Amino acid sequence: MTQPVKFYQTGTFTVGNRLLAPEQRSVQASAERNNSLNSGHRACQGCGEALGARYAVDAAMRATGGELIAANATGCLEVFSTPYPETSWQLPWIHSLFGNAAAVGTGIAAALKVKARKAGHALSSVRVIAQGGDGGTTDIGFGCLSGMFERNDDVLYICYDNEAYMNTGVQRSSATPPGARTATTMAVGEHPGAEFGQGKNLPRIAMAHGIPFVATATVADLRDLEAKVEKAMGLHGARYLHILVPCPLGWGAAAHDTIRLARLACQTGLFPVFEAEHGDVSHVTKIRHRVPVQEYLRPQKRFAHLFGTPGHPEMLARIQADADRNIRRFGLLDEASEPESETVPAGGLAPGEAAGQAGPGRGA
Amino acid sequence: MTMQKPFAITLDPGSSLANKTGTWRTERPVYVDRLPPCNEQCPAGEDIQGWLYHAEGGDYESAWRHLTRDNPFPAIMGRVCYHGCEGMCNRGQLDAPVGINSVERFLGDEALKQGWRFEAPGAESGKQVLVVGAGPSGMSAAYHLRRLGHRVTVLEAGALMGGMMRFGIPKYRLPRDVLDAEMQRIVEMGVTVRLDTKVVDVAQTMKDAGFDAAFLAVGAHIAKRAYIPAKDSSRILDAVAVLRSMEGEEQPMLGRRVVVYGGGNTAIDVARTARRLGAAEAIIVYRRTREKMPAHDFEVEEALQEGVMVKWLSTIKQADDRTLTIEKMKLDEKGLPQPTGEFETLEADSLVLALGQDVDLSLLEGVPGLVVDDGVVQVDPATMMTGHAGLFAGGDMVPAERNVTVAVGHGKKAARHIDAWLRGARLQAAPKHAPASFERLNPWYYSDAPKTVRPELELARRTSSFDEVQGGLTEDNALFEARRCLSCGNCFECDNCYGVCPDNAVVKLGPGQRFAINYDYCKGCGMCVAECPCGAIDMVPEQA
Repeated sequence: MTQPVKFYQTGTFTVGNRLLAPEQRSVQASAERNNSLNSGHRACQGCGEALGARYAVDAAMRATGGELIAANATGCLEVFSTPYPETSWQLPWIHSLFGNAAAVGTGIAAALKVKARKAGHALSSVRVIAQGGDGGTTDIGFGCLSGMFERNDDVLYICYDNEAYMNTGVQRSSATPPGARTATTMAVGEHPGAEFGQGKNLPRIAMAHGIPFVATATVADLRDLEAKVEKAMGLHGARYLHILVPCPLGWGAAAHDTIRLARLACQTGLFPVFEAEHGDVSHVTKIRHRVPVQEYLRPQKRFAHLFGTPGHPEMLARIQADADRNIRRFGLLDEASEPESETVPAGGLAPGEAAGQAGPGRGA
Repeated sequence: MTMQKPFAITLDPGSSLANKTGTWRTERPVYVDRLPPCNEQCPAGEDIQGWLYHAEGGDYESAWRHLTRDNPFPAIMGRVCYHGCEGMCNRGQLDAPVGINSVERFLGDEALKQGWRFEAPGAESGKQVLVVGAGPSGMSAAYHLRRLGHRVTVLEAGALMGGMMRFGIPKYRLPRDVLDAEMQRIVEMGVTVRLDTKVVDVAQTMKDAGFDAAFLAVGAHIAKRAYIPAKDSSRILDAVAVLRSMEGEEQPMLGRRVVVYGGGNTAIDVARTARRLGAAEAIIVYRRTREKMPAHDFEVEEALQEGVMVKWLSTIKQADDRTLTIEKMKLDEKGLPQPTGEFETLEADSLVLALGQDVDLSLLEGVPGLVVDDGVVQVDPATMMTGHAGLFAGGDMVPAERNVTVAVGHGKKAARHIDAWLRGARLQAAPKHAPASFERLNPWYYSDAPKTVRPELELARRTSSFDEVQGGLTEDNALFEARRCLSCGNCFECDNCYGVCPDNAVVKLGPGQRFAINYDYCKGCGMCVAECPCGAIDMVPEQA
């Protein structure tokens, strides 16, 4: 009784794998990938957003055969990629205002639809993405984005979430996680850092619009990210992809730790990776090696005040409770593999949870 | 290019490629090759990580050719090597070490099945080299010397090739067809082997036939003796003679109760052989404890499973007709056995002494410059040359651990230095790569997979036959096992560096060509270093 070997050394954990059939390999492993965001951009060393943007847009370019237009909100991604007159983008790309990338995407999609109809086609072969950071998405551009969702406009909106306004000097956004120090939530007083019980969870808000496709991803799992972009580009209507992109500067982390931190965000449960169709969760990426939240928080200076003496063990406990809640809510653990690991604090849910604020992509 | 510009636009669009971000860098990533712990440990100097790389892709012939650059006997190795490599394997810190030895055996068996052969040397050197002894060390040297273009003549005292592999290792561990096939493959390269030819005076032999250099590899065939007062009627044999007679027509008469005296692998081999010859009881008497026993633990375990018994902390004081007098021992604080004065008797039809072996060095008499110390020939450990120029030695007859793998390694090393010596040169040892430690790996990227276990002959068949005890892996299992390799310290082209660079500053050079860094744009973030699974990139400070 022999079974064919289904073990490929590193499987799909690595970017490439010579042992896999060519059609099973990633876009990023290809020497012919588009490099949509080219060398010479001015992002900081180890920028997660630059990496996430190339991963996502290259995958969209592959999925659409290169027929793609991008609208880009103001923010780091725009500033570091396109200082006049140079650009790093290797696709048709337009810079919108800070708050209206979703609306510009909608407009481009409408124009393409008209052009297609005039040419006698039902749909345009040229597709549209709109993209921005968490500030431009969850705060300033939220009205335009919600409108794009409720009209079900044919745009994939990609949010690169680095959890604060990094371009202007690390101010808090509604995606900043509780406890994090930013320029506007200093690590002082009785409740240092960002407040618990504030902020919003955009993936779940997007799901509430009932749009065809909502997904989260990180720069730590390329194959998952590419699969989600490809799936999104195979659908029409409003789609939303929320990618966690660690920011070495804003998070106070080492430049080489960007991917490691994204991985730890998932493995702690703080950033659940899932996808949802028409408002219902349809797939969850399980935690492979569960770790306590301290492992994720400790390498980041924005959380330094939680550690040491006296530190803030009560805040660490609340963050751990947030992670545990995500794990329960999304079923992030394989029951068989880790039966014992729930750490629900005595006395039930923490106040932040009771307010329904600590959910998927909390920290998202 | 000038184009019609819109309002307030004065410059043509440009590419960010004009912005050489490499100037930001204070450290640079540099690709390196590191020495994996398996390779570092291998006494035969195999590039284990290198041949596993080919096996991982299912290219078994390339894997076998890569392996046999260093060791021409993978089918033998895959059975008798004590595989210290697996003890060093970094994967042992994740789940279980890679089953290197079983993959090696698979490749060796596959080569025999497919009839893969060694290529004849490209050009003849015109030099004649004598090899004394057709054991693992001598035949390894013959192989490497022949590959380097020399004419090689092997003189062997015995009637068959293999040396101690034939006369010291039982069939159930090394089937003779496997041994014969791997020996014969070397003969087919154009190596001359003369059997039943004992060299009595090496200087005279070299002079007579005009040899330019010689490699001596005589095995330890002489059993060591211990003084045990014995009656004439008591039956006392030595382990070497017992194992040797297994190769002849007449099997040794050991009786129903056999006592073996000693604690090495040979003692285990004899006890297991006795069981297979029909002894109802095979009892090993050893003066120390199991922890102190020089025999390898897995062999002790297999022997115990087969019903071999061991009397620990015991010495034999006297042998009478069918009874032995045993004195109990105890360990002192230094761990040395001390007599207790307590005695007991043990029934035995025969007593086999397995107390170590010596080498017959009589062929060296009168050779000037040679230094013999503690029963072995002194050699320069870097070159294996004895005190007599042009005369090299290896295997059991030089100071080293005595096992097949060490012997094979001596043969290779000596061959390379004989080749250099014949050209009037001295071979400089190539600088070794820095070690590939576990701490440099990023184990996240490896799939979880425990070690495949080779099938073992069921017990009942084991003790009644000389069939091989350990089975081989199927192709699927061998492939699985090979793919468990972490490729420590050596790029295996997983594309991680190429993928994770936020600046597209890693250039993919194509299959087998690995990668290069484009230092015009590399900002020195170190992400490629952190995310390299196998630790094949170093971060180096830029020069001011």
